[in-house]
Amino acid sequence: MTAISLEERTPSSGRRRRAPRAGALTLGSGLGLGVGMIWFSLIVLIPLSAVVVKAQSGGWDGYWHTITNAQTWAAIKLTVVQSLLVTLVNIVMGTLIAWVLVRDHFFGKRAVEVVIDIPFALPTIVAGLVLLALYGPRSPIGVNIANTQKAVFLALAFVTVPFVVRTVQPVLEQLDEEVEEAAMSLGASRFTTFRRVVLPSLAPAIGAGAALSFARAISEYGSLVLLSGNLAMRTEVTSVRILSYVENGNTAAAAAVASTLLLISLIVIVLVDVIQRRIARSD
Amino acid sequence: MTELSVVELPDSDVAEVPAGTGPSRGWVTSKRRRSPRLVRYLFRFIAIAYLFLLVAWPVSLVAKNTFANGWSSMRTALADPLVTSALKLTVYVSIVAVILNLIFGVGISLILVRRRFPGRRALSALIDLPLAVSPVVVGLALVLTYNRRDGWLGTTLEGHGFQVLFANPGIIMATVFVSLPLMIREVAPVLEEIGTDQEQAARSLGANARQTFLRITLPSIKWAVVYGVVLSLARALGEFGAVKIVAGNVAGRTQTATLVVEQTYQDFQQNTAYATSFILAFVAVACIVIVSIIRPKGNK
Repeated sequence: MTAISLEERTPSSGRRRRAPRAGALTLGSGLGLGVGMIWFSLIVLIPLSAVVVKAQSGGWDGYWHTITNAQTWAAIKLTVVQSLLVTLVNIVMGTLIAWVLVRDHFFGKRAVEVVIDIPFALPTIVAGLVLLALYGPRSPIGVNIANTQKAVFLALAFVTVPFVVRTVQPVLEQLDEEVEEAAMSLGASRFTTFRRVVLPSLAPAIGAGAALSFARAISEYGSLVLLSGNLAMRTEVTSVRILSYVENGNTAAAAAVASTLLLISLIVIVLVDVIQRRIARSD
Repeated sequence: MTELSVVELPDSDVAEVPAGTGPSRGWVTSKRRRSPRLVRYLFRFIAIAYLFLLVAWPVSLVAKNTFANGWSSMRTALADPLVTSALKLTVYVSIVAVILNLIFGVGISLILVRRRFPGRRALSALIDLPLAVSPVVVGLALVLTYNRRDGWLGTTLEGHGFQVLFANPGIIMATVFVSLPLMIREVAPVLEEIGTDQEQAARSLGANARQTFLRITLPSIKWAVVYGVVLSLARALGEFGAVKIVAGNVAGRTQTATLVVEQTYQDFQQNTAYATSFILAFVAVACIVIVSIIRPKGNK
């Protein structure tokens, strides 16, 4: 750890004369860091460690027993499979929407920008309710997918709309169109140009957005409550399973499933961090 | 970016035609011009259709269903003491959570960006953790830590007569948990971008730390802070899963607006559910619109 901080300080001291003093912790900022850390620990770090510790209370056998319970396993499988499917759709649709927003100009683009952010700000329970209004039993277009696995997919697709779009968009904006023109003037077709020139520069951003939408999808709860019906073995997702363990007072089992979700989230965060550092380096 | 579209290029790929194209290449250019336009219209259509079917249409139905019988469902909902007390609780919790986020979010961002200390990278990665954690896991985590029987901190706190779970502090903690990263993610990049030159100039001219912060740093991060506040407000108003577990869902006392939506819908009081949803959705969309209006200014 000390090695990192030393390494980071050296270049900045070379660039700016006053930098070494500004970078070090003073009494005031040290105190601020302390208070901030205590706050963050009380609300986030200690509770999350409590989940991990509780998950180990039944030992490895207890943990494995909970995870491999038929109903729990079905829930984990459904969540992971549907999240992967939704992420795939997001990779294609998100990139396409980002392309349209950056390269195309049309009336009402601002409205489209607002619509993309709605799933991010709309309360999840309301998201479930509005999807139920269009795709539920009282659907005005006669499509009823409530209480099916399609409903799980639909809800996850709704809540993850912004992620790929919002990570790809800024990168696409900075992309120099002249490089594409150069490729085309050298005889590359539009498809080849996209595959060999545009896609490689977008790939890290698409990856980061995909990781974010996968993480969001596997942890989704609110939008599924009303829409998916939470049928055991069929439409019950992992978060619902954890909740039913909590409501039955079996916090150890809830913690076991929760820490599995946490582990997946953690892997995804590390992945995003690595990808984003790669983007930063290529700049 | 959006501002630029005011230029309103005529619908042709002027930008893509290389300058000085000779007449001999004319047919090639026109052929190229046609196919991308078709592709562009197709992509535009697919993008708009996808967003319309998935987001815009369903969300617009909440307004349609709420006002299907004029204002009567809204009046019924607002006359229901359950709904009004839940709305009051939601507003109270959101305001407290946003103020806490403002203080700690700006503070932690300042230290993360401006200071170098061991574990800085680890902390900045951990800050994002709440965004990737299921709300249900957030609730479970808080219950395990603050319950009165065997919670790590709960037993001591309850011993001193301070109840966290099934009371306002727990709801506020759950809300802060899920919305704190939003604030930091808005403020930290802007702090990074503005650099320290102006602050150092102010300091070298004799300003103290407080003056430097209020006169130099705060004005330059103003829009990021506003943006962070609006986003965490939207998130705070709508938190559901975490609050459901820590609040205990006691009607009239610890029931927030989102919990009322679930309960009334399941009790077949659909009009009340839609009316409450409409209020929540309206505030959420208003937050987004406000942000989209102020953002271009903030970028300048």
